[in-house]
Amino acid sequence: MPKKVLLEHENVPGINRFDVYRKHGGYASVEKALKTMTPDQLTEEVKESGLRGRGGAGFPTGLKWSFLDRKSDKPRYLVCNADESEPGTFKDRYLMEKIPHLLIEGMIASSYALGAKTSYIYVRGEYMYIVKILEKAIDEAYAAGFLGKNILGTDFSHDLYVQPGAGAYICGEETALLESLEGKRGNPRLKPPFPAIAGLYACPTVVNNVESIASVVSIINMTADKYNDMGIGKSTGTKLISASGHINKPGVYEIELGLPVEEFIYSDEYCGGIWKGRKLKAVVAGGSSVPILPANLILKNAKGEPRLMTYESLADGGFATGTMLGSGGFIVMDETACIVRNLWTFERFYHHESCGQCSPCREGTGWMEKVLHRLEHGHGRMEDIDLLVDVAKKIEGNTICPLGDAAAWPVASAIRHFREEFEYHVKYPEKVKNPKHFEIEPLVSAAAVAV
Amino acid sequence: MGESKTIKFSDESLALVKRIISRYPEGKQKSALLPVLHLAQSEFDGWLSSEVMDYVASLLNIKPIEVYEVATFYTMYNLEPVGKCLIEVCQTGPCWLRGADDIVEHLEKKLDIKVGETTADGMFTLKVVECLGSCGTAPMLQCGADYHENLTTEKVDDLVEKLRASGKRSSYLKSITNNE
Repeated sequence: MPKKVLLEHENVPGINRFDVYRKHGGYASVEKALKTMTPDQLTEEVKESGLRGRGGAGFPTGLKWSFLDRKSDKPRYLVCNADESEPGTFKDRYLMEKIPHLLIEGMIASSYALGAKTSYIYVRGEYMYIVKILEKAIDEAYAAGFLGKNILGTDFSHDLYVQPGAGAYICGEETALLESLEGKRGNPRLKPPFPAIAGLYACPTVVNNVESIASVVSIINMTADKYNDMGIGKSTGTKLISASGHINKPGVYEIELGLPVEEFIYSDEYCGGIWKGRKLKAVVAGGSSVPILPANLILKNAKGEPRLMTYESLADGGFATGTMLGSGGFIVMDETACIVRNLWTFERFYHHESCGQCSPCREGTGWMEKVLHRLEHGHGRMEDIDLLVDVAKKIEGNTICPLGDAAAWPVASAIRHFREEFEYHVKYPEKVKNPKHFEIEPLVSAAAVAV
Repeated sequence: MGESKTIKFSDESLALVKRIISRYPEGKQKSALLPVLHLAQSEFDGWLSSEVMDYVASLLNIKPIEVYEVATFYTMYNLEPVGKCLIEVCQTGPCWLRGADDIVEHLEKKLDIKVGETTADGMFTLKVVECLGSCGTAPMLQCGADYHENLTTEKVDDLVEKLRASGKRSSYLKSITNNE
């Protein structure tokens, strides 16, 4: 049986209610932390667990905590990033909807480690029904004495609030999120200073993803040593994967890091194989921002070794032949999918979501969208392909926040691995004018074999 | 500015505004702007007129420009009137792979409008939006607080009839179809 720690109780009826959650061991981590550990010990424990940020960047959570300015006399804040907006990612929504108390519990324990008297969960505005679920869970936690003054009779007091966004992908970037929480436009800040020094209201702040905070509960309960035993190398623990696209069983799956990609795609435990008996053409493994890989390169790396679901294995080969685990947004495409059209939807997304501060991103995403629209609708020119590569190159690394890179990587990788498909769009404009062109006549290029 | 006198939250909403402001430190009431704009949009016919935005500014003791610059940044705030039910179909990659285009096309035919338009009776506005975090249950659409997932054309037909019959205005803060 696959190991589950976050979603262990996902199917227990009523697990969204405090009493049921508590009966299944809920809030034990808060008791353990507050009564037997100092905040520094807890921070050390999270460091030792090897937990890496589950929002996409994969930065070690404990290390991030250790940067928090503890000498400042200003209040400290913990802010949970629940602005889940990366196309292909819906795991945080699932976790918050199913087991809201797991996040609340993690927020309390993590705030104790950080010395935060107040914390906020910033939820994307479209998930307004989740805001209600969380607020109900928070009310229950207050009533049970796990929030408020002198929690469990200790001198630790804590208040937790939920804040809705209002539709802006960029607010998933932590400094944009803080701006938004201050009631402003979601424009990312120049760094330094980092939030650990000057975050919310210019106070020391830690921003962590929903799944990272929920994982802190597992780490406290099982100890860092045991948590460390799960996974492979520097990819410790479990990860929630959002599986979507042309598979038989889309959904959220908790995997132990290290699971072979092939098993994840084809096993009935997970995606259940490619739908309609078709072949696998390509995968975007970690949310729309990460490089797309053709079937042969997602199942095995360039050396022919099986690719594993870990930060390292997915990145093997760099951007030439590898990708990233990212947010775990695993988008699968069968042989009828049009790589160009999919990419056009992505670039339309980034253009729509660019905050407009930096011209390479604001203008570049617009140009990429326009050129891709032209190609996809049968008006493309051969030189458009290199023009796209050129624009992507000029955005990458030249913006305040990573949205620019996130928009550039999918373009660069799609052309790297599927150039033939772009050329096809120029050569056969009449064929591609039908939006379902590859459903009628699939195209799989020689370089990118469907499996 | 004289018109703003006619715009006023209900007592219940005013109490909620007060509670929201109390979540933030003293003097940081501007943090309440996003939630209060949601509340305003829900209470004042589904969109934010400049009078409504001025009213919100006065409630939070901030300049009107501070409200305008936020309201124009975030996509969930409507700056023009919309139909009673705002139907938002996700069109980004993962939804497109599972047939979002067909859903949009079907809705256009069913409602006899194009994307971005409102039906003549003012009942429906059709919009396409970017990823709503529902990729595993694609294709999908959002109407107010409700997510409608794993859509088929038949499900869309049922939904449109249900919304028409309810006659309620959609709001991100309230469910029409998923009553608890």
